[in-house]
Order: sequence, then structure tokens, then C-alpha cells
Amino acid sequence: MKLSRRGFLQVAGIAGTAALGLKAKRAAAQSLDERGENECAMLVDTTLCAGCRACEAACAESNGLPAPNEDIDIKSVRRDTAPGAFTVVNGFAGEGHDGADRFAKRQCMHCIEPACASACPVRALDKQPSGPVIYRGERCMGCRYCMVACPFEIPKYQYDQLAPLVRKCTFCAKRQAAGKKPACAEACPTGALMFGKRGALLEMAKGRIYRNPDQYLHHVYGEHEAGGTDWMYVSDVPFQKLNFPAVRDEPYPDKVQGALGAPPFVMTLWPPLLMGLYAFSKRREGKKADEPETTHDAGRGHE
Amino acid sequence: MNSVSLARSRNGEAFPASWFNEKILMGMGGRAYLRSLVTPFNVLVTAILTVGLPLLVHRFTAGLGATTNLSQTQPWGLWIGFDMMTGIVLAAGGFTLSAAVHLFGVHEYHPIVRPAILTAFLGYLMAVCGLLADLGKPWNIIMAIRYQGSASALFEVAWCVMMYTTVLLLEFLLPAFEWLGWRRAHARLTQAMLGLTVLSVVFSTMHQSALGSLFLIAPAKLHPLWYSPYIFIFFFVSALAAGISMVVVEGTLSHRIFRHRLTGTHVDMDQLQLGLGKAGAIVLFAYFFLKLQGVAEGRHWELLFTGWGAWFLLEIVGFVLVPSLLYGYGARYRKVRFVRAGAIVAVVGIVLNRLNVSIIAYNWNRPNHYIPSWKEVMISLTLVTLGVIAFRWIANRMPILAEDPRYAQEH
Repeated sequence: MKLSRRGFLQVAGIAGTAALGLKAKRAAAQSLDERGENECAMLVDTTLCAGCRACEAACAESNGLPAPNEDIDIKSVRRDTAPGAFTVVNGFAGEGHDGADRFAKRQCMHCIEPACASACPVRALDKQPSGPVIYRGERCMGCRYCMVACPFEIPKYQYDQLAPLVRKCTFCAKRQAAGKKPACAEACPTGALMFGKRGALLEMAKGRIYRNPDQYLHHVYGEHEAGGTDWMYVSDVPFQKLNFPAVRDEPYPDKVQGALGAPPFVMTLWPPLLMGLYAFSKRREGKKADEPETTHDAGRGHE
Repeated sequence: MNSVSLARSRNGEAFPASWFNEKILMGMGGRAYLRSLVTPFNVLVTAILTVGLPLLVHRFTAGLGATTNLSQTQPWGLWIGFDMMTGIVLAAGGFTLSAAVHLFGVHEYHPIVRPAILTAFLGYLMAVCGLLADLGKPWNIIMAIRYQGSASALFEVAWCVMMYTTVLLLEFLLPAFEWLGWRRAHARLTQAMLGLTVLSVVFSTMHQSALGSLFLIAPAKLHPLWYSPYIFIFFFVSALAAGISMVVVEGTLSHRIFRHRLTGTHVDMDQLQLGLGKAGAIVLFAYFFLKLQGVAEGRHWELLFTGWGAWFLLEIVGFVLVPSLLYGYGARYRKVRFVRAGAIVAVVGIVLNRLNVSIIAYNWNRPNHYIPSWKEVMISLTLVTLGVIAFRWIANRMPILAEDPRYAQEH
């Protein structure tokens, strides 16, 4: 088994080209507005939410989902989003700073750098520059890695279907493209949901906290969580009490970058290194050629 | 039997009926062959497949919900944790050994390269089958070629699995061509072997480690004792240890089971296994040390005194340090039984590690922990069984455990 110099260069060349190709792809995937100031976003003021669940009904209607069950007492059950419910409102009796009930709407947070989209091997989940993290079911293979990746545990899977899809809030990307507000924000009667540009909403959130420092927590949930999200919350109750997960501040895709930086090096460095070792072992063997042969050559005598 | 068929194909006057008898029925004739199939082992295999194969159909006609215990919080279960994670790491013997022999010139191990490559090939096929069962829409797997989500560790895994399975198929075709008597194809493939071996090391390095990288994005879900920013290095080093250990285990098993196929070759299995034991001792000890460094780096010492800590210590002491010492003792004092025992413990330990990372210590802080359904277990068992009988079928017919002497040449 001999490899000529030409053959060797071919192997190295193929590996190197492949490595460069992947690097270029990765650079393209990162060209987003980093702090997301111009992305479309939503600010939720939990002190204004009355728990009427109009957002749930509007969401179901807009996304073609089954109408939510209106008989549930949302203060006694803890609901999670589901394949048939992109958003849910949970109630927390007597938790407010004034002793009133508090309600928290949950849905996809539409991260600025979404873990789910970075995890998707076919880019079925994809971040749009305007804000929404959208899903293209026709190319999804159903690996469910997005569900592993999402720190908010938002993507839900249709396990009962034969051609299942990942289901989650779409941020009404189609309505947004047509210049309309998301259905939930349009339906909200109390002004708890405010739709706008992320930069402006963040200023508004901080303004509210600044003007009412005794009422609001000094924390905008979503400002830094997971590197920043397009859905942000202000509240007078600690977010853990409203069942919000404590999520790290750095963007989740960054956690994988170091490991994903390795393949180009492996592809470019391994082949020459291995060929070098091969050449070395050949040379060593050549020097020992006079010595008796080892077992593997036993068959040669038959030829 | 090979000489007869070879002579025929050379003269160009092959007889299909007798070819079938020679190559497929191992020269026994139809009736004798069927009679030879009635063994206790085959009864067990038939029992497993009778339940398992219809279940596999059931998976695709009734859906994932009806067959698995997967949930919205536990998207990955036994088919990823066992078939994929474990199937791939136990196949590491293929690239470890072919690199040692074809690249580093350790020719003593030449006789056991082929069984290692065949095991790797079948292991990968099993992993791919498990993956196809697990995917919600497996027919969309080709989308990974069209739409490249290259920021995903899973994208890297998918590509490397595709590439390396192809490389393994080509490596496996070498003995298959000897069996078929296709000299020209065999000669062409032999020329490509060095390149294939380089590729097998490149792809294996990347995706053995990428399987660990998969979990980097879930820091809150995997227990901190197993989660580490260096998990991809742990996965690669433990894959080397798994490769070495699997070669020892396979060597012992196949030389016991296929003794009749080994006539005429003089392989000193004990000697080879002692050498592997020495390598295994070093790699496993390095892995043990790396795992300790992982704990130190994350400053998780106090977690060792919890229940999860005890489970972690059981893994890295009982199933990493202990087999490393068994290997070392066996290699130093030339006691091959210690090496064989060490290999079994090490293989169990690496399986345990993969299950810990992907299932047991995943969602460790959730109340209702995932336990696989009996259907999931049965389908996994069916895939393993198919792999075992495929190995037996091939090893009984093709020159796997001993090369066809008429094809032996410079490697």
C-alpha cells in the first residue's frame, strides 16, 4: 500500500477545502444585529395582566390551533405550552406586592441568538433578522435536538403523529410581515403586552422600573437571559415565583463554538500528521527489512 | 471451498447453483444447512426477532408516542442514548486498530483488524437504524445535505456518521471481494486502503468528540459532574479506550466461537491482548485523570458527597480506574485473564458513561425521570441481535478472521 506524493496532496487538498467551506458557512450564520435593538419585540408587564386569557384564544385562532378550554382555573393548575397551545397564562394567587393575583403568559422567548436554531442541523428553525424564530416543518427531520437545546423548554413535539412536527410560538411572523401586531398583543385588553422595537421597549421597561422603584423588581427578564430575548418581562414578583427558569446570561450557541472550531483543524492537520507517522513507520520498517518477518506476512509464502 | 470457486471464476464458467451452495450454504447443501441452523442460540434469536421486527413496524405505523416513553421534557431516550451513543463508541475499535496497523506500522495486530472493522461497520449500521427509528420524519434525513445547519454539533455528527459509514463499507468490501473472487476490484480497493484509513481517523476523531459536544448546549439539564466544557475531549479519549477494550473482548469471543475458521493461521491471541492491555491501561488512566480535572475545573468537589456524586465515583473509579489497574497488572505480570477482565469492565464503564450523559444524569433535577418503555428496550435488543447474526453470517463465509492467503500482499 503505497501513496504517492500526488495522492497525498490530493487527500490533504480535499480535507482543506472542506474545512474552509464549513468555516465560511459559519461566518455567514452569525451576521445578525448583535444586540437586537431593531428586532421586533414584546414587553410583558405582569403587573398589568388580568389573566383573561384573550391572548390564548387569539393565538389559537390565528395559528389554527384548538380553542383553549375556558373552564380551567389557571390559578390551581400549572400549565405548560403544548403542541396545540403555543401560549399559556398561569395564575399565582395573592403573589403581587399589593396582595393581588399575578399572571404570567408563557411562550417562545424568540432569543436574539436562539439555541434551538443553532442546534438545528437542517436550519428548519431559523432566526429572522426582523426578530421571529421561525420553523419550516417541511425540512425538519424530527431529531428533537432543539428541545434538548432550548433553555426555556419551549419547542414541543407531536409524538402522537406519524409525520410529527415541532410546535412553538411563531411570533405571528406572517402577520408581522403584513405590518400587523402579533395576535396576542392585538387581543390584550389591559396593555400588558406591548409590541415594538426591542431597543425602545427596553428603554420603556427601564423607565417604568425607574419611576416606580418600590413596585417593580429591578430586573428586566429577557434583557440578558440567554444573551437577550425579544420577549421581555417586568414584574413586581420574583420571576422564580412565576415559574420562570433561571437562565444564564451568555448566548447558548457560544457554548458549542469552541468544540465546533475543532473540525477545520482536525481536517487540515490530521491527514498530514498521520501521513507523516505512516512515512516514519515505513522508514523504520525499511531499516529492519533484514530481520525475520512477523505473523501477518505468513500468508505471503503461498503466493 | 474458496479454491474451487476461485478457480471457476477465473475460468469464467461459474455455476449459479453450486456457487450458491459454496458461498451461501457454506458447502453443506440445502438440507444439511437447514439442519445446522437448529441451535439453542438461534431459537433465542428467532424469539427476539419474532417480537422485535413487528414492533419495528409498529413504531412506523403507530408513531413515537405509542412506542416510546419520550416526553416534551425528555426528547431523547434509549434509541439515542444506547443505540446511537453506545453503538458508535463501541465501534471505535475499527479506526483505533486500523490506524495502529496501517498507519503506525504495528503489524502484529494485523490479524484482528478485519473483525474490528466489521464490528465497527455493523455497529454503525445499528446506530443508523436506531436513529431512523428515533427520528420523527426519518425520510427527511437527506435535508442535512441540502440545508446545512453548520452551527449545530448534530450537523457535524450527521455528516461524519454518513462519511465514516461509507468508509467502513469500503473497508469491509475488501474481504467481501476476496469472498466473491473479484480480483480487479480487490486490487483497486487495496490501493485506496491507506487513504481510507486516514479518513477513518479524521472522521472518527471529529464525530466521537462531536457526540459529546451535543450536550454542551444543555448546561442546565445535564448534571454538573458530567457536564463539562471539555466533554468532547472526554468522549474522544474514552472512545479510544472503548476501541481498545472492544478489540480485546471481540478477540476473546470470536476466537472462542469461530475456532473452526482459524485453521492454518497462527495468531498468538494472548500476546496481542497483553499488548492491548498495556495501551488500554495508559489510555484509561489518562481518561480517569481527565475526568478528575473536569471536576476540579468546574469546582464540583462538594458535589462528590451527594448521591449523584456517589454514582459518578462509581463510574470513574469502579469502571475507569479499576479496569485501568486490571489492564496494567495483567500487562505487567503477563496475566492475560486480568486484561480480559479489565476489557469487560471498561466496556461496561463506557456504556455506563454514555447512558449517564444522555439519559440517567440528563434531567437529573426533574421529578419524573424517564424510564424506557418495554417496546423501546425490545427494539434496541432487536437491532443488537441483528448485528450479532450479521457478524456471524459474514464471519462464517468471508475471510474476516483469517485472510484468504491467495490475496495476502503488502499492507
